[in-house]
Amino acid sequence: MATVDDDRPVLFSSVKKLSAWARSNSLWPAQFGLACCAIEMMATAASRFDLSRFGAEVMRASPRQADVMIVAGRVCQKMAPVVRELYDQMPEPKWVIAMGACASCGGVFANYAVVQGVDRVVPVDIYVPGCPPSPEGLIEGVMRLQKKIREGGRPVLPPVPPATEVAGA
Amino acid sequence: MAYTQDQIVSQMDAEPGRGGNMVLNLGPQHPSTHGVLRVKVELDGEQVVRSEPVIGYLHTGIEKTFEDLMYQQGCMLAPRADYVSPIINNLCWVLGVEKLLGIEVPKRTQYIRVLFAELSRIASHLVWLGTSAMDMGAMSPFFYTMQQRELILDLNEMAAGYRMNPSYFRVGGLLQDLPPGFPEKLYAFLDGFPHWLAEYHELLDRNPIWIERLQHTARISLEQALDYGWTGPLIRALGVPLDLRKTHPYSSYEDFDFDVPTETEGDVYARYKVRMREMEESLKIVRQAMDNMPDGPWRVADEKIYPPEKTEIRQSMEALIYHFKLFSEGFMVPPGDVFSAVEGPKGVLGCYVVSEGSSRPYRVHIRGPSFYNLQALPAMIKGGMLADIVAAIGSLDIVLGEVDR
Repeated sequence: MATVDDDRPVLFSSVKKLSAWARSNSLWPAQFGLACCAIEMMATAASRFDLSRFGAEVMRASPRQADVMIVAGRVCQKMAPVVRELYDQMPEPKWVIAMGACASCGGVFANYAVVQGVDRVVPVDIYVPGCPPSPEGLIEGVMRLQKKIREGGRPVLPPVPPATEVAGA
Repeated sequence: MAYTQDQIVSQMDAEPGRGGNMVLNLGPQHPSTHGVLRVKVELDGEQVVRSEPVIGYLHTGIEKTFEDLMYQQGCMLAPRADYVSPIINNLCWVLGVEKLLGIEVPKRTQYIRVLFAELSRIASHLVWLGTSAMDMGAMSPFFYTMQQRELILDLNEMAAGYRMNPSYFRVGGLLQDLPPGFPEKLYAFLDGFPHWLAEYHELLDRNPIWIERLQHTARISLEQALDYGWTGPLIRALGVPLDLRKTHPYSSYEDFDFDVPTETEGDVYARYKVRMREMEESLKIVRQAMDNMPDGPWRVADEKIYPPEKTEIRQSMEALIYHFKLFSEGFMVPPGDVFSAVEGPKGVLGCYVVSEGSSRPYRVHIRGPSFYNLQALPAMIKGGMLADIVAAIGSLDIVLGEVDR
């Protein structure tokens, strides 16, 4: 963005940049918790950590009204098709945060029941490490996602290879 | 997966269109199901004719994973079953393994364990209060309860270095002794919490919506409840003073003076009252534990079970060997099986461990109280209104990690 070099309060920008800026500052997460991480996600949205400072507190119960999916917890084989269905129901543009070790790579549950990383089911933008991540960790992930959106979003459609950016790395 | 109307009907063995009844699919993604519970409901208008909970959407294979880990590593896994009160799961596991090993931890350790278990019970009830009030449409209690819960998590972090699943209790002791400055911080919490508890009562007790929706809702008879194997606040709300802390004391609970709150109505409101009073009792126990905290060691002296201090390792060859053995192979547990049970915030939490004599368990089973409590859901909501399902699920205080394991 560039400003005019006098007193008039005018900003110049491209529509693309402007919409990316607007999108990044009003992320609506799907209210969708799976396991331990969901409790920390609730704590992130609650009083002390107050996710609304970053414009991402409007948890929507319906995926149709959400644009970021925070996969909070372990995804088991029975849940994986449901996660995919919810992802498909979200309108474009949409992003996914894999919260915690289980959603990122299966975590400690290297067994028959747990999908070894939710990126096998949906394309993931941001991985947040931790078991469960602290609310600060999740906020860091949200901020990195905002940065990613401002820098051009994610124009690709699934299927894509797993993204590599790790918050806090 | 989204199911079509016909698919759900065929799954329920209902005849399509029978009597004009509608079949509704609640969950697994639904804000009021406290996780990933799915309930199939057959409705006549707004009245529930039949319902069936579908579980397994969070089946983690946690019992199988125990078999791959050494006993000490299980301390990390157990809290992931009931993640709302992780420390109590941790306690159940260490008590089971210690029983198999035939060791008893020092008195100080037992008191610290009681202290953290009761703090964890308060934290769990706070999550229940906040979320079930949110289910009823009251948003603010959630922010109030989570704010106090943060203070408990701060204490966890102080003692164990981790907020939520701290794994503070270890087989044969603790991760470390109470850190300096802990008592002051704990007393600050204990002094402040009664005020907030009164605030929660203020927010909800005289709220007509809260009372109307909770009173006389989702009741079952005592006989039915006993048949379903209900424990915890649910059975206490029916007038049965069943509490393992009183009937089968473990970890020095016999030293503490506290009451077991009961109610007789057995409706959702009675469960609310029981849990609120339980928080007061837990507060009493925590204060007693801190006031009467014994001095002395906080770990067993047996270095074949609990690793020696780091400073010893640099000076003693034996200590180095013990350290290496414990972290590469683990300690051996004599063959046998054991069932340890503790009073969790949701009911009787049990842990069955079978040992073959190696350093890893042969089989582990967790008796999650939520699983037994949840099976009464169809009986609770039969004949009620659709909206009461939400109140019923909220009052059960289920944790799906414990139901599906």
